[in-house]
Amino acid sequence: MAKDLAPTSATGFLDYAPAPESTSILHLQKSYGLFIDGAFVRGHGTPFASVSPATEKHIAEIATATPKDVDVAVAAARRAYDKTWSKLSGADRGKYLFRIARLVQERARELAVAESLDNGKPIKESRDVDVPLVAAWFFYYAGWADKLDHAGLGANPRALGVAAQVIPWNFPLLMLAWKIAPALAAGNTVVLKPAETTSLTALLFAEIVQQAELPNGVVNIVTGAGETGAALVRHPDVNKVAFTGSTAVGREIAKAVAGTGKKVTLELGGKAANIVFDDAPIDQAVEGIVNGIFFNQGHVCCAGSRLLVQESIHDEVVDRLKTRLATLRLGDPLDKNTDIGAINSREQLERIRELSDIGEAEGAERWTAPCVIPENGFWFAPTIFDHVSTSSRIAREEIFGPVLSVLTFRTPAEAIAKANNTPYGLSAGIWSDKGSKILAVADKLRAGVIWANTFNRFDPASPFGGYKESGYGREGGRQGLAAYLQAGTALKGAK
Amino acid sequence: MSRLAVPKTYKLYIGGAFPRSESGRTYEITTAKGAFLANAAQASRKDARDAVVAARAAQAGWANATAYNRGQVLYRIAELLEGRHAQFVDELRASEGVSAAAAARQVDDAIDTWVWYAGWADKYVQVAGSGNPVAGPYFNLSVPEPTGVVAIVAPQGASSLLGLVSVLAPALVSGNSVVVVADQAHPLSAISLAEVLATSDVPGGVVNILTGSPAEIAPWLAAHADVNALDLTGAGELEWVELQIAAADTLKRVVEPEPGVPGRSLDRILAFTETKTVWHTKALI
Amino acid sequence: MHSPTSSQGAPTTPAAVVLAPAERAVRMLGGDLTERSLRLHLEGLSGVDAVGLEQRAAGLGTRSIKTTSKAWALDKIIELIDLTTLEGADTPGKVRSLVAKALTPDPSDLTAPRVAAVCVYGDMVPDAVAALGAAHGDPDAGLVSVAAVATAFPSGRASLRVKLADTADAVANGADEIDMVIDRGAFLSGRYGEVFEQIVAVKEACRRDDGSYASLKVILETGELNTYDNVRRASWLAILAGGDFIKTSTGKVVPAATLPVTLLMLEVVRDWHRLTGERVGVKPAGGIRTSKDAIKYLVTVAETVGEQWLQPHLFRFGASSLLNDVLLQRQKFTTGRYSGPDYVTLD
Repeated sequence: MAKDLAPTSATGFLDYAPAPESTSILHLQKSYGLFIDGAFVRGHGTPFASVSPATEKHIAEIATATPKDVDVAVAAARRAYDKTWSKLSGADRGKYLFRIARLVQERARELAVAESLDNGKPIKESRDVDVPLVAAWFFYYAGWADKLDHAGLGANPRALGVAAQVIPWNFPLLMLAWKIAPALAAGNTVVLKPAETTSLTALLFAEIVQQAELPNGVVNIVTGAGETGAALVRHPDVNKVAFTGSTAVGREIAKAVAGTGKKVTLELGGKAANIVFDDAPIDQAVEGIVNGIFFNQGHVCCAGSRLLVQESIHDEVVDRLKTRLATLRLGDPLDKNTDIGAINSREQLERIRELSDIGEAEGAERWTAPCVIPENGFWFAPTIFDHVSTSSRIAREEIFGPVLSVLTFRTPAEAIAKANNTPYGLSAGIWSDKGSKILAVADKLRAGVIWANTFNRFDPASPFGGYKESGYGREGGRQGLAAYLQAGTALKGAK
Repeated sequence: MSRLAVPKTYKLYIGGAFPRSESGRTYEITTAKGAFLANAAQASRKDARDAVVAARAAQAGWANATAYNRGQVLYRIAELLEGRHAQFVDELRASEGVSAAAAARQVDDAIDTWVWYAGWADKYVQVAGSGNPVAGPYFNLSVPEPTGVVAIVAPQGASSLLGLVSVLAPALVSGNSVVVVADQAHPLSAISLAEVLATSDVPGGVVNILTGSPAEIAPWLAAHADVNALDLTGAGELEWVELQIAAADTLKRVVEPEPGVPGRSLDRILAFTETKTVWHTKALI
Repeated sequence: MHSPTSSQGAPTTPAAVVLAPAERAVRMLGGDLTERSLRLHLEGLSGVDAVGLEQRAAGLGTRSIKTTSKAWALDKIIELIDLTTLEGADTPGKVRSLVAKALTPDPSDLTAPRVAAVCVYGDMVPDAVAALGAAHGDPDAGLVSVAAVATAFPSGRASLRVKLADTADAVANGADEIDMVIDRGAFLSGRYGEVFEQIVAVKEACRRDDGSYASLKVILETGELNTYDNVRRASWLAILAGGDFIKTSTGKVVPAATLPVTLLMLEVVRDWHRLTGERVGVKPAGGIRTSKDAIKYLVTVAETVGEQWLQPHLFRFGASSLLNDVLLQRQKFTTGRYSGPDYVTLD
């Protein structure tokens, strides 16, 4: 072609015009109470404000549940368990869950907007990932409710009783679904505490519970900070504790429930290795690395925060990665073209900054994607640390932000050793065109979920959970159902 | 003055459309007491042949839909059936001569049967499949898959709606397509169910419903080389051993006759599946 | 340069067959270009994971292009269209009508830009050239080019001699661009050298008397290549052999252009640019009928190879009905209400 390159258009097509999702679909209350026994009631603690992390604007006032309020909620759950829920047929429990699934689908857009507003995650993720998975989770476990004999515990397994559930702020509504759907399908009643900064969608879910005409007290939602959660998981009248959050808190819970006979599921931190071999499908691997660590601003416990790349392709991969990251759009979570939203809170932002500074001080080579940071709100540009050593703190500690540490390896054995060299063991990624190698490496990795040639995939049919300090128990699949059941012949259990 | 009703023409359901029998034949459907109700299409062997062609064409697409999607589609049938509850009660009362309460119970059971089987779509593989610890450096996984086109003789003589649903739903769960011969004496609710299927999200051709004489049609289906499995649940009054022998020519999977309406069971789903085991090497170097 | 039959009389083992020393291939693979070295090169390309590729394409498809960006995109789509008629029933009248549409897409709104080119069968080139008259020329100058399909389009089942004559004839009649088809049969049976040689030869047949060349678009017919790995290899092969554009499809085979296939071809073009600094064009053709779809392609181009590729010498849409859908959208933009098919001309 003889032609020289024409000058680039002056308009800058890539600076797509704003495409904001309308918030007019939302009809939020000024303040939200606790949802106990089928109704919203006042909390006895000091209410707190939920703010949008993208703008720092006030969204709504949220009640704080005191230990006394938690007592009331647990009592309501116990009553509902004894009087109605445990007496219902599995088919009827299933029908309630199917109703909830349909209501979530019907109100999907509204829930997605609320989630992005409150959490700061991009609307394309809340719309295309979080909320569809919420509906899927309820659909899947709805179908289990009348098939408990096939849960793997033998005939006539029984529910545990009242489940205390505490969830994090990174996938607020999705984590709620992961907790509530299997619990109810198995025949338990629940008291759930959402994270302090992201209570909103849990409270909208309470409205859905009302619309589904779920019997009062089967689902109770108590809001508040860490003390509320502590009171809930320590409550003597709960039979099951399910927690997703930090390893530090998980450890506290494991100690607190010791000797109580409570069944526990803990889904904690991670420091996943994403292993890229030299025979990987390179373009898809780059996409997978991006999705692995920059999905949901890196606020993902299973995030592929450690890129282990074979030395021979290190330069090419890092180079392609930087080119790709330069096309990511950071900004308004409600804009449909936003790829990277806001960091969920000031505290989290501080932690990411601190660890990143440490990474730099420890000698890793820092690269930051070129993007404009909005004035208000909490933001952190996608960042890569190259030439990170295994001893570096950014290679060992969970940053829980859009920060990728790049390490290299020479052989599969070295990759496996490095991947496993962590107290965590939640997930890992493997990129290669060679099936035999993928399966052998997967065998050797000490992690609960292994993604090959993909990353950050979730499905209600697929069990999720960690090895080692990433927690125990599995959520999703038959295993996730069994976590809320006991064998029919067991002596101990619900009162 | 009372209004004169507009009666419905009952036809076959093949490939998502409602054709008359190519033979042009119909037969009279009466109430339990013998009064005229409607003329139903009397399917011929050529209608059966067309139905198998439609079923084969639709099968791969249905099987390739995600299990989650199939589950939702089957659940949607339950939703739509619930919405037409009264119509089915009326039809069953007229055709089978049962009480309103019994008819309502039958419709309720039919709806709940759809819901029960819908839930299995993304679970039966987890229950029936396995990871196999073979002695060697191999990944080894067994999963059930749909067998293909299933020909069914629906329960005859009573509970025509529930009987049909009880044989239809389990075959569909895993991703088979179906040609079913309805209850000969009470085919009306089968065709009304076809209207539900046509307006739900079940792809055309996945379910094909023939009305007429099972004795006439079943031998053609049993011997048809492009049918993979034969469910003789409602064939107890026929020469069913002959059908089984005909099916053996192409080694079809056969479910033997069963009196009344079969209960919900995982076995019925698995009867129309094939277990596939995949071996893959595992090696680091 | 070399003769198209330069491989004649080469050693008998197929792998050792010496290939025509096409400039790009020699630069990339070295001077001793053989069937074997070409094969090793193509087989050494990174694999493609189909699931990942399709997910990426779907992700790009969810971009939401609004207001000013959309207005810009609609005009840009028109400027990038090869307005096409490739029917056995084509007549000079039909081609004149097509040219009129190319020059004045919307008689009710003269601000609508012209398309990049009209694309016709070889025997229709003189009619297209005549109909364009003074408006015939480089799209960068606001003129409209003439593209001709050649090489026994769409099947490509003819002897090389016929294919070259087909090409030379179209060029002699004034075609600015030649859309050739590769020999898919040869490609699928692993005779990469044969496919390569044919492209080189056709490129040479694009040479005009004054020494300049008609631009060569190489149609891979991705719907027949079946796998993404094949598409990547064929794209790379076509570029090595000297193609100015790689093009997805003839439009006569289903599936024609898809977003994942186009994304993959753009990735090849991007990688070629990374390695050599040279820019090669991409043309998805067939099956793109709506503005909404076409905008997804613009987004994919912009986010894969960069916005500078959104110009007629580097990106084209092979389409016919797409133009009218863009015009309807454009009218909606101008008037604020939805338009209907009676308010755009047939062709």
